[in-house]
Amino acid sequence: MSMTQPTKPVNDAGARLLSGARWRWYEVLFWVAAIALFFVFGDFIPGIPTRLMLLSEIISLGLLALSIDLVLGYAGIVTLGQGAFFGLGAYVAGLMAKNGMGAFPLSDPLLGLLAAAAVSGAAGFVTSFLVLRGSDLTRLMVTLGVALILAELANQMRWLTGGADGLQGVMSSPILGIWDFDLWGHTAYVYSLVVLFVCFWLSRRIVHSTFGLSLKAIKGNALRARAIGVPVNARLVAIYTLAAAIAGIAGALLAQTTQSASPDMIAFHRSADALLILVFGGAGYLYGGLIGAVLFRVMQDVIGNITLQYWQFWLGLVLVLLVLFVRGGVIGLMEGWWNRLTRKGDAP
Amino acid sequence: MRRQILKGLAASALALATLPALAQETVKVGLILPMTGQQASTGRQLEAGVKAYMAQHGDKVAGKKIEVIIKDDTGVADISKRLAQELVVNDKVSVLGGFGLTPIAMAVGPVATQAKVPAVIMTAATSVIVEQSPYFVRVGRTMPQMTFPIADWAAKNGVKTAVTLVSDYAPGIDAEKFFKQRFEEAGGKVLDALRAPLASPDFAAFLQKAKDLKPDALFLFVPSGQGATLMKQVIDRDFAGSKIRVIATGDVTDDDLLNSMGDSVLGMVTSHDYSADHDSPENKAFVEIFKKVNNNMRPNMMAVAAYDGMDVIYRALTTTKGDANGQKLVDAMKGQKWMSPRGPMEIDAATREAIPPMFIRRVERKNGELYNVEFEATGPIKDPTHK
Repeated sequence: MSMTQPTKPVNDAGARLLSGARWRWYEVLFWVAAIALFFVFGDFIPGIPTRLMLLSEIISLGLLALSIDLVLGYAGIVTLGQGAFFGLGAYVAGLMAKNGMGAFPLSDPLLGLLAAAAVSGAAGFVTSFLVLRGSDLTRLMVTLGVALILAELANQMRWLTGGADGLQGVMSSPILGIWDFDLWGHTAYVYSLVVLFVCFWLSRRIVHSTFGLSLKAIKGNALRARAIGVPVNARLVAIYTLAAAIAGIAGALLAQTTQSASPDMIAFHRSADALLILVFGGAGYLYGGLIGAVLFRVMQDVIGNITLQYWQFWLGLVLVLLVLFVRGGVIGLMEGWWNRLTRKGDAP
Repeated sequence: MRRQILKGLAASALALATLPALAQETVKVGLILPMTGQQASTGRQLEAGVKAYMAQHGDKVAGKKIEVIIKDDTGVADISKRLAQELVVNDKVSVLGGFGLTPIAMAVGPVATQAKVPAVIMTAATSVIVEQSPYFVRVGRTMPQMTFPIADWAAKNGVKTAVTLVSDYAPGIDAEKFFKQRFEEAGGKVLDALRAPLASPDFAAFLQKAKDLKPDALFLFVPSGQGATLMKQVIDRDFAGSKIRVIATGDVTDDDLLNSMGDSVLGMVTSHDYSADHDSPENKAFVEIFKKVNNNMRPNMMAVAAYDGMDVIYRALTTTKGDANGQKLVDAMKGQKWMSPRGPMEIDAATREAIPPMFIRRVERKNGELYNVEFEATGPIKDPTHK
């Protein structure tokens, strides 16, 4: 399963830095499990309820967390505004589906995805220059501010977005004119999973390239990175734009699979939830957001079914305990166990 | 777009045709309610209303056992849609219901249409909802139904000029629009239309501006739950002292919160379809059983909508003799008339819209508690926006 290296490492240090690009057995296991879920929860086995809609929702959330991982976990940009690009993507895809009136190819979901990625990416590019200014706290405020502005725009532009009521009449047409979205969520899940994998594969290639390594250098010490010749600002603009485009795709996925776009898709809680999920799953691994999203939503669903009114309390408690006692999130925890098990004292 | 719906229908109809056979003796009702967050008080009242109805009427109707499944909408439209899908596909519910806010009802619409399952709207009040799916039936009320009576009343009672202050979101803007339309048709004049941000509970600047304009009346609309905060600030500004009447829809003097507002709201005039004080044997029985099964909580307009929602479902099942087929249930709900705790209720056979009775009420103290005491019945109002 090893991929060809983009550049041949010239020495041991280089080889070690780029060795992360190899696909490990547990990564393969992760994706096989994701495919297996389709058959387990797809209403094929009597007695097991369909949960594919929940799983599709998790994929969208996980993809949003993945996009935050790119900017936070790799480039060290603290952001509370990724939800803005998510919501923007949702509205773009929703509007495409609505105005395409179900006619191929204008309302095709794939085209909607591309448009959402383009618009969100453009918005990310423009706002990235704001993010370059200032340090962590300033960035937090700036990204939050941008998100709030976009959310209020969505609320006020009623002629376009339907205001607080959300966009009406979103009708996703069949993918490539063949696969229609069904009530059971079969199409939605397969579609979401394929899109997730493509975005993940792309992100994985990027973070394990020399470009990705330079991001880590910037995260470690921006001043020193600049001193050794890394064009810090250009790199940050590039990754921020890319992450915005991926967040846009995540939003588009949600809008298309639920056939709706409403102001809460662009609301602050999306950014906050996704950031929480990433910290919970483990930042800087790419898988952290995905695993965090699965655990977060499943816990929410299970606790919500036990106690309808107080699930937020229990979920909050679990999260506080996990963040307190488990450094590096769930993946960090598993890594710790793995290292102890294989008696590898220190990390590679 | 219609072709898409039909295609989806054809595909799902085949698969769904086998479903009713599985759930013959039990009819499941799936309610999607706001149980957490800003709207949690609404969800509590809705749940309590359902509980009161089941306590009073039992869980059997037309030979079927009724099972209610409640899910928390979490205030998010797309999650509500997923919950509706799961209720239909996994739990095989025959009826959906609840829906606190308009976007949530709107998100569930396509599921109701695709699965051919009736969806009973209890609280969401934007007129356009019922037009979005032929399976939507509303038992609550709409914005124009709530605002027209108070506009009429103001015009008839010496109010020549008014200022409106609403929360800046769709129902608020609707309230502003319908009040202005009706009030100006009756010869009044709206001096200014103020909108306060939904998220911010600070109305001070807006109230001061309204006071400076010196209108005869100030019309208020905020989502139920924010009424107490708003009224506290209104009282602080002493509108009564400057001869400005404060009028509102009943959401502001919500039965749930009225007692906590204190004596300064005494005499305030509002319009709504339900007051816990409504004088009828139906309401006395409702309030009594409601308090009994819900820790002495006082029912508000949400509770009565949930109660009526269950009533419509029971009545429809009686009409179909227990047949839980979605189309038959919706058809049976159309044109239903009954005596609700609020007064005579009807579901418009053509539009599936509620036609509730409407009252003008004044806040008074009764048996040591504050109540909205009805003093004028304006009669049922059909929603004017449906053609």
